[in-house]
Amino acid sequence: MSSVDGSMDVLVDGSADALVEVTDLTVGFGSLRAVDGLSFRLEKGAALGLVGESGSGKSTVASALLGLHRGTGADVGGSVRVAGVDVQEASDADLGRLRGGKAAMVFQDPLSSLDPYYAIGDQIAEVYRVHARVSRRAARARAVEVLDRVGIPDAVRRSRSRPHEFSGGMRQRALIAMALACEPDLLIADEPTTALDVTVQAQILDLLHTLRQETGMGLLLVTHDVGVAAESVDEILVMRHGRAVEHGPVGTVLGAPTARYTQDLLGAVPRVDARRTLSETSTETSSEASSAAPEVVLEATGLRREFGRGKRAFAAVDDVSLTVHRGETLGIVGESGSGKTTLGRMLVGLLKPTAGEIKPGGGVRPDVQMVFQDPVSSLNPRRSVGESIADPLRARGERDEEGIRGRVRELLERVGLEGAHYDRYPHEFSGGQRQRVGIARALAADPRVIVCDEPVSALDVTTQAQVVALLGELQRELGLALVFVAHDLAVVRQVSDRVAVMRRGRIVEQGPADEVYDSPQDPYTKQLLAAVPALDPEVAAQRRAARRELATA
Amino acid sequence: MSGFGGFVLRRGIGTVITLLAISVIVYVVFFVTPGNVAQITCGPRCSPEQVHQVAQQLRLDDPLYLRYWHFLQGILVGQDYSTGTSVEHCSAPCLGLSYQGDQQVTQLILTKLPVSLSLVFGAMVLWLILGVGTGVLSAWRRGRFTERLLTGITLAGVATPVFVIGLVLMIVVCGQLQLLPFPQYVSLTDDPEQWAWNLLLPWLSLALIEAAAFARLTRASMLETLAEDHIRTFRAYGVGERSIIGRHALRGAFAPIIALNANNVGSAVGGAVLTETLFGLPGIGQELVHAVNVVDLPVVVGMVLVVGFFVVIANAVADVLYAVADRRVVLV
Repeated sequence: MSSVDGSMDVLVDGSADALVEVTDLTVGFGSLRAVDGLSFRLEKGAALGLVGESGSGKSTVASALLGLHRGTGADVGGSVRVAGVDVQEASDADLGRLRGGKAAMVFQDPLSSLDPYYAIGDQIAEVYRVHARVSRRAARARAVEVLDRVGIPDAVRRSRSRPHEFSGGMRQRALIAMALACEPDLLIADEPTTALDVTVQAQILDLLHTLRQETGMGLLLVTHDVGVAAESVDEILVMRHGRAVEHGPVGTVLGAPTARYTQDLLGAVPRVDARRTLSETSTETSSEASSAAPEVVLEATGLRREFGRGKRAFAAVDDVSLTVHRGETLGIVGESGSGKTTLGRMLVGLLKPTAGEIKPGGGVRPDVQMVFQDPVSSLNPRRSVGESIADPLRARGERDEEGIRGRVRELLERVGLEGAHYDRYPHEFSGGQRQRVGIARALAADPRVIVCDEPVSALDVTTQAQVVALLGELQRELGLALVFVAHDLAVVRQVSDRVAVMRRGRIVEQGPADEVYDSPQDPYTKQLLAAVPALDPEVAAQRRAARRELATA
Repeated sequence: MSGFGGFVLRRGIGTVITLLAISVIVYVVFFVTPGNVAQITCGPRCSPEQVHQVAQQLRLDDPLYLRYWHFLQGILVGQDYSTGTSVEHCSAPCLGLSYQGDQQVTQLILTKLPVSLSLVFGAMVLWLILGVGTGVLSAWRRGRFTERLLTGITLAGVATPVFVIGLVLMIVVCGQLQLLPFPQYVSLTDDPEQWAWNLLLPWLSLALIEAAAFARLTRASMLETLAEDHIRTFRAYGVGERSIIGRHALRGAFAPIIALNANNVGSAVGGAVLTETLFGLPGIGQELVHAVNVVDLPVVVGMVLVVGFFVVIANAVADVLYAVADRRVVLV
C-alpha cells in the first residue's frame, strides 16, 4: 500500500469527518435510472475508484457529487454530502463555493474541456478568482504557479497559450492545474487518461499520485479501465446498471473478486503479460501453413507518405516494409501520431504512398478491406445497415437484388447478427453490434486481407473481447490475414502472431508477438511496455518506481 | 508569401479577378438581353435617323469584345468621349459615361456612395447592438417566458417586409407624433447632426429587420456553445452564469456573427433598395434599379462593380476578424 494510506487509519473512525458520504443516491433521466440506490463513503485523503462499463452510471455519480444535475431536469434522490456540504440542500452560492473550492473535477477530454478562445493561464485565473478575493495579477501568478506545479515547462510563457497549442498530455496537466488552484480537499477525476497515449497516461497517473502524497487530498477516480484504477486508488467500487456490484480494497476486488460480474469483467480485460490464448486452435493451421511455407498475401516495401508541401512537408510514414502471410495477424502498435493509421490506409489503397510499393503476394491483386475505428461515424446513419453491407457487392458490379439480399443476410448471420436486421438503421444497434456490421461490410468483398484500424478501442472490455473473438473465428474459418492497428498494447498482444512497433512513422521493432513483448529490444518498446497499467496494485507500485528510474536515468 | 502581407496581396489579386469576372458577366448579359438600347436611350419619339445616330455615338454597333476593351482602357488610362458637340475627357479610373445625360459614371458613384455607406454602416451598428443583445438575452433566459417572447418578436421581425416597418415608423414618428421631420438626405460633411437625425428612421427600419436574423443566430450559437464540454468545466468550478453567458458562450457566437455581418453589409450597399426608395435616399441601390430599367450599361457595370467590391472587402475583413477572434484560424 502506498504512503497516502497512512493518514486514512487515523480518520477511519471519525465518521462525521467523511469527505464524501453518499447515501442511497438515485439519479433518473426521464424513465432511465442512471444511478439506482448507491451508497459509499470516502474518508479524507483516501482514494476510491468507480469502475464500470459505459452506461453503468459512474460519471453520473461524479456529476452528482458537485450537484451538476441541478437545473438540468434530472431526478436526484438520496443524499450526497461532500466536505460537509449537503449537495442536495445547499444554496446556489454554497454550491458555487463547493465546486472548485472544496471539490474539483478533472474531465475526460482535455481538448473540449477547456475554452478554445482564451489563454490557459487566464482560464485558471478566472476559476481561481471565483474562490479567492485576489487581484487579476495575483490570480494570474497563481495560475503560473500551479501550471509549473503540474510540470508544464516554461509555465510563464505557456500560460499564455490557447488550448490548441498544447498537446493532449499538457492539456490534461492544465486541467489538473486548474483543479489544484484552489487547493481542494477532493479531486474528482472522470476518465482523466482515456483520451491519452499510454506513456502520457502513465505520466498523468504518476502526477496524480505525487500530488496526492503532497497535498493529502482525496481522490475519486471514475474509469472504465481497471488497470488505471489499480494504479491509483486504495478502494474500488464496481458499478453496473447504476448499482454497486462489489466494493472493497483494490487488492481484494481485483485479486479475488466475489461478484460474478467483476469476475467476467476482469476476465475480459486483455493482459499485456499474457501469451495469446486464442492461438491454440490457430497454431495448428499456422504450423500446417508454415510447413508449406506460408503464402504471402501482401507485401509492402519502403513505404513513405508525406503530407503538406514544400517546407511544411512531413513524412507520416517513412521507409516501412512489411509482409503479411495468409491466415496470420500482424499487429501494428504505436501512439497517436506514430503513422499507424496512415500506414493502414495505404495498405487498403485509401492513400497513395509517396514512395515505395505495395505488392500482392503470388502476383494476384489481393482484395484488402478495412474495418474502421468508430462504428458510429463509419456507417451512414441515413442508410439501413443492409444497404451499407451491400455497397461492396454493388461496387463489384452485382445487380441481382435477390442475390445481394441473400448474401447480406448470410454475412449478418456470419458476424453474429440476424438476417432480419437488414432494414434496420445504425442507431438501433449498440457499439459492439455496429462494429459487427462494419466487419460484415469488410467481408462482403471476399477479401484476403482485412486491415482493422483500432477496431475495438471505442468498445467496452466485455464487448471488446467478443469482437476480438469474432475476428479470430473468421480468420480461422476463412483463412483471412488481419492487420490489426491499435494503440492498446494488451489487445494487440491478445490477437497478434507478429507485432510491429511504430514510432514517428518508422517501425522500431518487428517480430513474433511473444518475443517483442517478453524481451523487447528497442528502448521505445521497453518504455511503452513499462507504461501499461498493471492490474495488481503491487506490480503497479513496482512499475511506478521503474518508470521513475527510467525517467531519471 | 506568408503572414498578413501575403494575405493582403493574395486577397487583392483575388478581388481584381472577381471584379473582372463580374464585369464580363454584366457585359455578356446585357449583350444577349433583347431590346433596342438605342431606341430606349433616345426615347420613344426619336426618328430612326436619330436612333441610328445615338447607336453610333454610344458605339452600340461595335462587337462585344471591342466595347469591353474600351471599358478596360477607360479604367486604366481614361477615355475621350464625344457628346456630339464637344469632346469630354474622362480621366483614369473611368467607368464610362451614362447613356442618359452623359454623366460620368465615376462621378455618379461618388455622389451616390456616401448615401449608401451612411445608411448601411449606421444601420449595422444598430442591428449588431439590437440583434446580438436580444440573442444574448434569450440565451440567458432560455426556457423562460422572456425567451419565448423575444423569439416571437424576432420571428415577426424576420417575416415583416422593410417597407411595412419603415412606413409604420414614418407615419407614427413623423406623422402622428411629429417627433422628427420626414427624412431627407443631408450629407455628413455638411451637417453631422442633421445627417444623423435624418437617417435615424432609415437606420432603424433597416436594422430592425436585420437584427432579427442576428438575434436568432446569436441565440442558436450560444445555446450550441452552452452545450459544449468546456462550459461544463466552468460550471463545475463554480463560475457564475453571468460569466458563463457573457464570457464563454458569447465568444463562441462571434464567428457566425462576423460571417453574417460581412454578408449583410456587403449586400446592403447595393441591396437596400426598398429602404432607399421609401425614405427617398439617393443611394446606389435606387440608382442601380433605375439604370437597369433604362438599360444604361455603363452605370450598371459601374454600380455592380462597386457593390461587388464591397462584398469582397467585407468578406476579407470578416476573415481577418475571424483570425483575431479565434487564434486557431490561420489566414490564407
